[in-house]
Amino acid sequence: MNLVLLVFSYLKARLLNTLLNILLLSLGIAVITVLLLFSNQLKEKIADNTKGIDLVVGAKGSPLQLILCNIFHIDFPTGNIKLNEAERLTKHRLVKSVIPLALGDSYQNFRIVGTNTAYADLYKAELASGVWWVSDLEVVVGAAAAEILKLKVGDTFESAHGLSKEGHAHAENPFVVRGVLKKSNSVIDNLILTNVSSIWKVHEEHDSINVEKVFSDTSVLVPTIAAGDSTKEITSLLIKYRNPIAAIQLPRYINTQTNMQAASPAFEAARLFSILGVGVQALNGFAYVLIFISALSIFIALYNSLKERKYDLAIMRSMGASRTKLVVATQLEGITLTLFGSLIGMALGHGVLYLFTAFVAESQKTGISATIFYKEELFLFGGSLLLGIICSLIPSFQAYRTDIHKVLAGN
Amino acid sequence: MIKTTSLAYSYTSAKEILFTDLTIESGSQLLLIGESGSGKTTLLHLLGGLLKSQRGNIEVGGTDIANLSESNLDRFRGKHYGFIFQRNHLIQALTVEKNLLMAPFLAGLEQDSARIDEVLEQLGIGEKKHARIQDLSLGQAQRVAIARAVLNKPAIIIADEPTSALDDKNCDKVSDLLISVAQQNNATLIIATHDQRLRSKISNLIQL
Repeated sequence: MNLVLLVFSYLKARLLNTLLNILLLSLGIAVITVLLLFSNQLKEKIADNTKGIDLVVGAKGSPLQLILCNIFHIDFPTGNIKLNEAERLTKHRLVKSVIPLALGDSYQNFRIVGTNTAYADLYKAELASGVWWVSDLEVVVGAAAAEILKLKVGDTFESAHGLSKEGHAHAENPFVVRGVLKKSNSVIDNLILTNVSSIWKVHEEHDSINVEKVFSDTSVLVPTIAAGDSTKEITSLLIKYRNPIAAIQLPRYINTQTNMQAASPAFEAARLFSILGVGVQALNGFAYVLIFISALSIFIALYNSLKERKYDLAIMRSMGASRTKLVVATQLEGITLTLFGSLIGMALGHGVLYLFTAFVAESQKTGISATIFYKEELFLFGGSLLLGIICSLIPSFQAYRTDIHKVLAGN
Repeated sequence: MIKTTSLAYSYTSAKEILFTDLTIESGSQLLLIGESGSGKTTLLHLLGGLLKSQRGNIEVGGTDIANLSESNLDRFRGKHYGFIFQRNHLIQALTVEKNLLMAPFLAGLEQDSARIDEVLEQLGIGEKKHARIQDLSLGQAQRVAIARAVLNKPAIIIADEPTSALDDKNCDKVSDLLISVAQQNNATLIIATHDQRLRSKISNLIQL
């Protein structure tokens, strides 16, 4: 016989009540765990995807849309910007480096991005097989896209106009896969990369004659055309600042002095998160209400059973149990409930997220994993044990106060 | 074994119960007889260390239990006393065996399964070792309570109305068992009761 065995026997004696209390608490803990995993990973993904990009410049419109489209590739482009205007910006003294992006086509919902290899370097993407594109209409496919589309080096496909499945197909200019990227856990996993001129090419009228030209001065953004070309357009520019002053001066300059719009990924991501945060907070609040109710329920269960057990307590005292021992036993009972509640809750949280990521295809694109553990979960665990102590505070005081003589003489 | 001197207890300042000095020999058997309210339970609890006396001394085997600290008294009770009450006060959540194991566990003694078999055999309920408390009859439950009281081989067994809830047949059986088991364990037995049926079993009595 020992205290743990005694506590388990007591919990087993009112099994339904015990299970209900554990279930209540574990539901609350599970909701918190899911939110914790979800929002933490979302924050990390956002930070990872915006790393190395200080500013996004595109057509005027919603700055959040500009970021969502050009960094996370989930919204539609705000429009196009003139290549020559973009080139002029490239030469600005506060700009360290730029990466051009040309969007507008897709294949089976996976976006085709016209850019250069600096874009892949931004996410430290490496080739798993094949080579980088050399000429137009050659692509390198992200790891997740390649897996889902079953594309490998040498395959060809026809892109569709627009960013959804229904777009009309560019049948006359098929793309050929030159390389497949390794998984990088960033947005690039879901993209198909090519050069900017490929995007232009599939949109050219098929009767136009493509003549190889030699330019004395080629564009800094797209080396295959002349500098200052006034007809070509791209979707956006990803800019890295030369120095911190740029953060103050450059966005204002672009927004007031040009036809283009500049948006800071860090700022817009924070704004996005504060919007999402309301929902997260509401759900968190709901979870805390659940936990509060479960704590109350545990307290009531302990309080009532301590009343029923006053003879047990008195008889245990008569058999030599000290007051402290009874207090420890009562505390142990509360802690056991919250211990199981929190462990089951956390397992439930990870389990639900695992099922979600395993069965909901859209969630796979976000790259959220159920098998990551955060140190906040340790706090959650510690907090639950503390909750057990708090719930059993008054009941254990009852146990402490047990007056053997009064209880045993009172029959 | 037990010696009291000028023992008194008062629940309210107006009324104080004064107890005559007692000397109880080791291994003897004693009946405290009295109507309810006569103070027999108070005296029994004072002797058993369940109630701290306000005045006087209670010497048990050379130790003045009136002057022990609370935790020392707890330990002393666990080692030297066995208690039986009118109701069996067994722990419903535990089996017979686990109820019995509580006695050595709480007293800080070694938990010996063979000793449980031995005591249950002495009381004729050996087959009930793994039974649940709610499956026992009243008489059987009271015998388990006796087994629990004698398990640690206490020097003193204190019984408060141990037979009052039982019918004549069970009263006879339980009291016989209680007396014989106390003798076998060489324990001093003190029974407080208003149950006249016990007068024929124990001759040594104090009327309160």
